[in-house]
Amino acid sequence: MNDFLQMPLLQILPAGKGSALALLLIPLLPFAGFLLLGIFGRKHIKSASGIIATTLLLVSAALSLYTAYGYFFDYGKVNGVYQKFIAVQYTWLQFSPGLSIDLGILLDPISVMMLVVVTFISLMVHIYSLGYMKGEERFATYYAFLGLFTFSMLGLIMASNLFQMYIFWELVGVSSFLLIGYYYNKPSAVAACKKAFIVTRFADLGFLIGILILSFHAETLDFNTLIERLTIDGNHELHTAYSSMFLGASALTWGAILIFIGGAGKSAMFPLHIWLPDAMEGPTPVSALIHAATMVVAGVYLVARMFPVFSMSAGAMHLVTLVGIFSALFAAIIACTQTDIKRVLAYSTMSQIGFMMFALGVSGSNLVEGSLDYTNLGAGYTASMFHLFTHAIFKALLFLGAGSVIHFIHSNDMKDMGGLRKYLPITHIAFLVACLAISGVPPFAGFFSKEEILLAAWQHNKMVYYVALFTSGLTAFYMFRLYFNIFWNKGAIVHGEHHGEGGFVMMLPLVLLAVGAATAGFIPFGNFITADGKPLEIEFHWQFSIAPVAVGLTGIFTAMWLYKSENNKPAAIASSWGGLYKAAYHKFYIDEVYLFITKKVLFNLVGRPAAWFDKNVVNGLVNMTGNTTLTISDKIKGFQSGKVQQYAIYFLAGVIGLAVLFIYIWK
Amino acid sequence: MNLPVLILLPLLTAVVILLMRNATQVKWAALAGAAAQFVLAFALLFAFRSERAAGNEAQMLFELQYNWFPAWHISFHLGVDGISVAMILLTSFVVIAGVLVSWNVEKMTKEFYFLLILLSLGAYGFFMSLDLFILFFFLEIAVIPKYLLIGIWGSGKKEYAANKLALMLMGGSALVLVGLLGTYFGSPTKTFDLMTLSQLNIPASVQHICFPLLFVGFGVFTALFPFHTWVPDGHSSAPTAGSMFLAGISMKLGGYGCLRVATYIMPDGAKEYANIIIVLSAIAILYGAFATMMQKDLKYINAYSSVSHCGFVLLGIGMLTKTAMTGAVMQMVSHGLMTALFFAVIGMIYERTHTRQVNEMGGLLKVMPFITTVLFIVGLCSLGLPGLSGFVAEMTIFMGSWQNTDAFHRIATIAACMSIVVTAVYILRAVGQTAMGPLKAGYENLTDATWNEKAAAIILIAGIVAIGIAPFWLNDLVSPATEIIMKKLAAVTAGM
Repeated sequence: MNDFLQMPLLQILPAGKGSALALLLIPLLPFAGFLLLGIFGRKHIKSASGIIATTLLLVSAALSLYTAYGYFFDYGKVNGVYQKFIAVQYTWLQFSPGLSIDLGILLDPISVMMLVVVTFISLMVHIYSLGYMKGEERFATYYAFLGLFTFSMLGLIMASNLFQMYIFWELVGVSSFLLIGYYYNKPSAVAACKKAFIVTRFADLGFLIGILILSFHAETLDFNTLIERLTIDGNHELHTAYSSMFLGASALTWGAILIFIGGAGKSAMFPLHIWLPDAMEGPTPVSALIHAATMVVAGVYLVARMFPVFSMSAGAMHLVTLVGIFSALFAAIIACTQTDIKRVLAYSTMSQIGFMMFALGVSGSNLVEGSLDYTNLGAGYTASMFHLFTHAIFKALLFLGAGSVIHFIHSNDMKDMGGLRKYLPITHIAFLVACLAISGVPPFAGFFSKEEILLAAWQHNKMVYYVALFTSGLTAFYMFRLYFNIFWNKGAIVHGEHHGEGGFVMMLPLVLLAVGAATAGFIPFGNFITADGKPLEIEFHWQFSIAPVAVGLTGIFTAMWLYKSENNKPAAIASSWGGLYKAAYHKFYIDEVYLFITKKVLFNLVGRPAAWFDKNVVNGLVNMTGNTTLTISDKIKGFQSGKVQQYAIYFLAGVIGLAVLFIYIWK
Repeated sequence: MNLPVLILLPLLTAVVILLMRNATQVKWAALAGAAAQFVLAFALLFAFRSERAAGNEAQMLFELQYNWFPAWHISFHLGVDGISVAMILLTSFVVIAGVLVSWNVEKMTKEFYFLLILLSLGAYGFFMSLDLFILFFFLEIAVIPKYLLIGIWGSGKKEYAANKLALMLMGGSALVLVGLLGTYFGSPTKTFDLMTLSQLNIPASVQHICFPLLFVGFGVFTALFPFHTWVPDGHSSAPTAGSMFLAGISMKLGGYGCLRVATYIMPDGAKEYANIIIVLSAIAILYGAFATMMQKDLKYINAYSSVSHCGFVLLGIGMLTKTAMTGAVMQMVSHGLMTALFFAVIGMIYERTHTRQVNEMGGLLKVMPFITTVLFIVGLCSLGLPGLSGFVAEMTIFMGSWQNTDAFHRIATIAACMSIVVTAVYILRAVGQTAMGPLKAGYENLTDATWNEKAAAIILIAGIVAIGIAPFWLNDLVSPATEIIMKKLAAVTAGM
């Protein structure tokens, strides 16, 4: 149907271009760091562990940039179209002929872009943590886990095989678990890391079954072959995937939806988002890396990777759009009421990922009512990836800035903050840049990417556009609410002497990221990253920008009016909104619903009866058998006379009996 | 490779142990014996691989046959294929780790080690036997020491547990024996020889009766629902090494028997009863997992989780596809290593805290980083983390199960898949409460692992990681053997 979405596949890197070894080193260096620090870090190289890990990652990041340069400007393009390359591939586990897990490295525009994003943000976090985590007892362990995470994330994005992605998907999940639970003696952190793991595991169940369904029909797990077989009209694989129906939907739709559930869990989409705010229990640099810039966008990346398959199913695309737009709005409303600055950022992340998600949902070709609209094809895809890119920069910056504030004030609550611009000048400017970027103020990075998303939504579905527009207004509002509450408003209560703004290692990442957040929007993304590898002309109408910018500025000025100086307007508004405010403040009670389902239903109605049944019924029967045997043997112990002749007779009788029985049956 | 060496070596070790004068000598003799087994098992693996690489396509390698009791057609017939080699390797890992963690056993040390080594002898013999009579003989050798190990060195309700275990396993053996006799009398040629039997077409009416006898009999060993109740009590009362051997080796005897004996020689029976097996194992997987969620004692947690994990073995067999069956064997190896390690680490914790109740522990990561790290690793393996062995085995079973296209098999597979979530819940609960959180008062001065405990843990982790990171060697070892079993099953379909 839309086989033009396929990129041509070259099996190997062009001769003399790029190096498979360099590509392999990109993930393996952080992994080496993990092993080294994990095994020897506690005793032998504790103090040097931060430097070791950072150096390894610096090499990794340099190699990624080298790869990106080579791919985008040198060998990636053949006849004006970006190609897919499989640089390395190795059969890891052969299930049956055709179905195997191959570990490989796939280079295409989005994987190369993600390589740069992940290694760069990870490097920033590594550097920042040298200051932020200084003096921690488990300093080496922290860096070991960061290395494990970076390795897993890189493996995920370079995956050439659906199952390989699942493998690294699980590994990023466990790294996230380990890092959220880094402060392991804090009960809230323990609860948070378990919650994060279990909620995403539940979503991964969907992913797994989705893999089973799609691989069964495509008879392969390799991304390229799978996409080819399930998207080209006339392929019998596509035909069977379309024609096997279950509960009114085709196997293809089911597969896509189940895979999307996996992605929604990792990307904290409603209703699987509940773990993300709690995940803020981890160290703040970790939140910046995992729970803002990289791991949580894995779901978006997954949908983008499988995009041609998704675009074959209108149902799946509708679901992606719906979940994305709803999560964006829902999270933005909650973010307006939270007072823990990291939680505000967490909901903001969820909301922004919602933007990326629905941008993918609105970029299918076969969704426009009536007829196929090729002009709009893939615009949302590019916009989504663009927003993923800019969001990674400004959200990492926001988290690192928040970390610097928390480092200074030793609290997460904005009630304890205010007027900090005097004490934290660099953080203040960097944070302001990030807030402007996320609010979509030109010419900061977020403006361009959000604009493209809104444009794609406008062309596809006006309803989605209006909700998105409203949500971007809310975004500007809650971000500046945060900004004014931290840096303006009342004077901060700073006790006696304070240690200032953190050293060079903490400020350098802030400055670099701020520069990125201010300028990344000027990258002509459509030239590099498109669904089909061909450059995409995005027409830019300045008239179209008026509404979003106006809405954004309204949000900013409302926040300024309410929060720039201390007053009682916010409290008055909160009380006048009454129920809605309270519901939003309590995150719409979703956690309570989950708690009810797990504690009351699963534990009490399934777990407890199962344990009881086992202890009393099954085991009871066994004991009863035992007791009956005892009673019977007590009755018949007279047979045990001690007379050998008698035994011999019983024995003979038994053997004859058995023999007769067998002969009778099988003669 | 001379297979009887693998039987003679434990025998020799056992004799040497009996000749030793004091506990220290006994321990070192046992360790030397276990280490020699370990080396031999690897030698077998490499010899097997080089034979295969040299193009030896025979189903069984290193075959050896003595006529033992011709009147009853019993012969001492040994031979190994990939499945046997994998199980022998597993046994050698568990034995050496079990010997190492038992270093502190003070009560009747000589007898304790003697029984452990005797048990390994039974296991090796069982995995190499190609004659059903010999196979049964070794099965009993592997069962009886269990009773003594629990009854003498156990804890808690040990007499009850020992009796229950012995009776249930003996009951299973009795079913196996009846099944074997039935097979012997019912087959066209009177023989106990496994290879001969596999070539014969045993009448469907015989298979109809003998397959369930054999499958259930062996199934009792591997916690087939609802014959699993010996597992929790047996494990919780057994000494650490006893639990390790029980879960790591004894439960695998059952899975191996189900596959090698019941399914291989009776394909008609396997087909007839496959759906029942699937239902029972799917129940065991989910029900075991949910029951685990409610346990508070670490040993009970691992015991119930073993019920759930062993359910995968039987599910893989019942699915009757080559991939699922390979997965079942992988799961046996994986679960053997993992559960042995789990029990070892529980033993280490218990020796220090003197409790196994998770709610009485907390924050142990602070005082014993090595032991809790091992606990994390084994927990993650149990919940199927990629890079560790559990993932590989379970995924292979899922992929193999999905090859069956009807709704029944699909639903059973999805039910089994659901356990990955429940497993995560109970593992994180157990590990979280034990290792994380604030350190409980009174545990400040606990010490970390000693050299022997570290060695045991590292050996088992090496095995788990070797499968988890590079599953292809195990897959290459096992799948040709399962393919032969599947070919036989497919031939039956063609004939029908």
